[in-house]
Amino acid sequence: MKIEILGTGCAKCQKLEAMIREAVSASGIEAEISKVNDIKKIMTYGVLTTPGLVIDGEIKTAGKLPTADQIELWLKG
Amino acid sequence: MKPAYYASDEVNMKEWQKLAWIIGIFLGAYYIPWDSILIRQAGLEAFMMLQDYARQHVLTCLIPAFFIAGAISVFVSQAAVLKYFGAKANKILSYSVASVSGSVLAVCSCTVLPLFAGIYTRGAGIGPATAFLYSGPAINVLAIILTAKVLGWQLGLARAIGAIFFAIITGLLMAFIFRKDDAEHETGELFLPEEEGNGRALWQDALYMLTMVLILVFASFARPTENDGIVWQMIFSVKWYLVIALVLVLAVMLKKWFVKEELKGWVDSTWGFAKQILPLLLGGVLVAGFLLGRPGHPALIPEQYIQGLVGGNSLWANFFASIVGAFMYFATLTEVPILQGLIGSGMGQGPALALLLAGPALSLPSMIAIAGIMGIKKTSIYCIIVVILSTIAGMTYGWMVA
Repeated sequence: MKIEILGTGCAKCQKLEAMIREAVSASGIEAEISKVNDIKKIMTYGVLTTPGLVIDGEIKTAGKLPTADQIELWLKG
Repeated sequence: MKPAYYASDEVNMKEWQKLAWIIGIFLGAYYIPWDSILIRQAGLEAFMMLQDYARQHVLTCLIPAFFIAGAISVFVSQAAVLKYFGAKANKILSYSVASVSGSVLAVCSCTVLPLFAGIYTRGAGIGPATAFLYSGPAINVLAIILTAKVLGWQLGLARAIGAIFFAIITGLLMAFIFRKDDAEHETGELFLPEEEGNGRALWQDALYMLTMVLILVFASFARPTENDGIVWQMIFSVKWYLVIALVLVLAVMLKKWFVKEELKGWVDSTWGFAKQILPLLLGGVLVAGFLLGRPGHPALIPEQYIQGLVGGNSLWANFFASIVGAFMYFATLTEVPILQGLIGSGMGQGPALALLLAGPALSLPSMIAIAGIMGIKKTSIYCIIVVILSTIAGMTYGWMVA
């Protein structure tokens, strides 16, 4: 599973990264987590508001922090 | 590229930055002549100004404003606004929404630069993107509330109207100048978050926001002067009863209309704003007090300098204020205490507005970030337009007030 976190470094983006790392290690899923900081690269996803979360190429959320339950659901699905 | 726009929100400093701070503070401690009368006076002014803010603005104005900003960022649907920034959106709507949506979208610095880049590269194009960039920082709800409270409602209103109006003109000019590029720019799909219902009708959300705005208005209601009408005197005498009644109404709304998760999100987001902005404002007030002093109290910079550079309402004074504002970096909301100090030292109302318009919209770090997205040529033209328009706005306002 490939997880990308889109964010320029704002507080929420860092929070999201921390939440993802925690959820991944708690679930024991093999996942490659990367942080996309470059604004031009973020734009190629068409995401207007950060933080954004992309799992296996699919945008899951943008502009707000998901709940921990929500993240768990995405990781399973 | 580092996000230079609103870079002060970043808490993670690089090691060399930490070292630079330490060396800077050391040199200051070593060389500043702390025993000179001027420095003592300036230091005293810094803390007197801080006390002014603590006593007059924090409890009645800033704290309710944080709650309002928190509510906006949690409860106002971004999706509803973002759809007007797509490549296929109606142009007139794009410009209008871009010029006012900063009040809803720009409350968090996380949003300004990505939004600008997204609208520019994949969405409605350079016009709406630059309109958003110009008005965003100026009309976010915290900036308007604090400007109106500290610098007077006339300047607060002029700032909001000026930002919206000139944002549209800036956007149109940019779109016209670069119409060829814009026709060729590739558009793409934008990811729009789904609009989710929250179980409340629009009027319920509106009423909830209105209640908070009214709490803020009455809590910070200024003592009317002898010349003000009897209505104002009456409102002032009962203002705390009004505030208490409104807080009770708010409490009932929160209990009846919101679920616990939502309230937690609201408090979290409010706390986020407070954490982010209060330290910046503390620093801004101390610096403004140290350099400029409270109105009527001179500090480090002599008043005649300020009056000579930006006093009155001359073309030069307005132009100078715009250009300084364009290059200078103001951390979120710190433009307000700095302007207060400047006005107290003799800055004219026109140049004050010019600085308020050009200041938060542009800074050297933001110019570099913008240039990384749309190139140096477009960025230079944008900066020139901002400076010219802010000068015109300042002249016009100064002339109207006089």
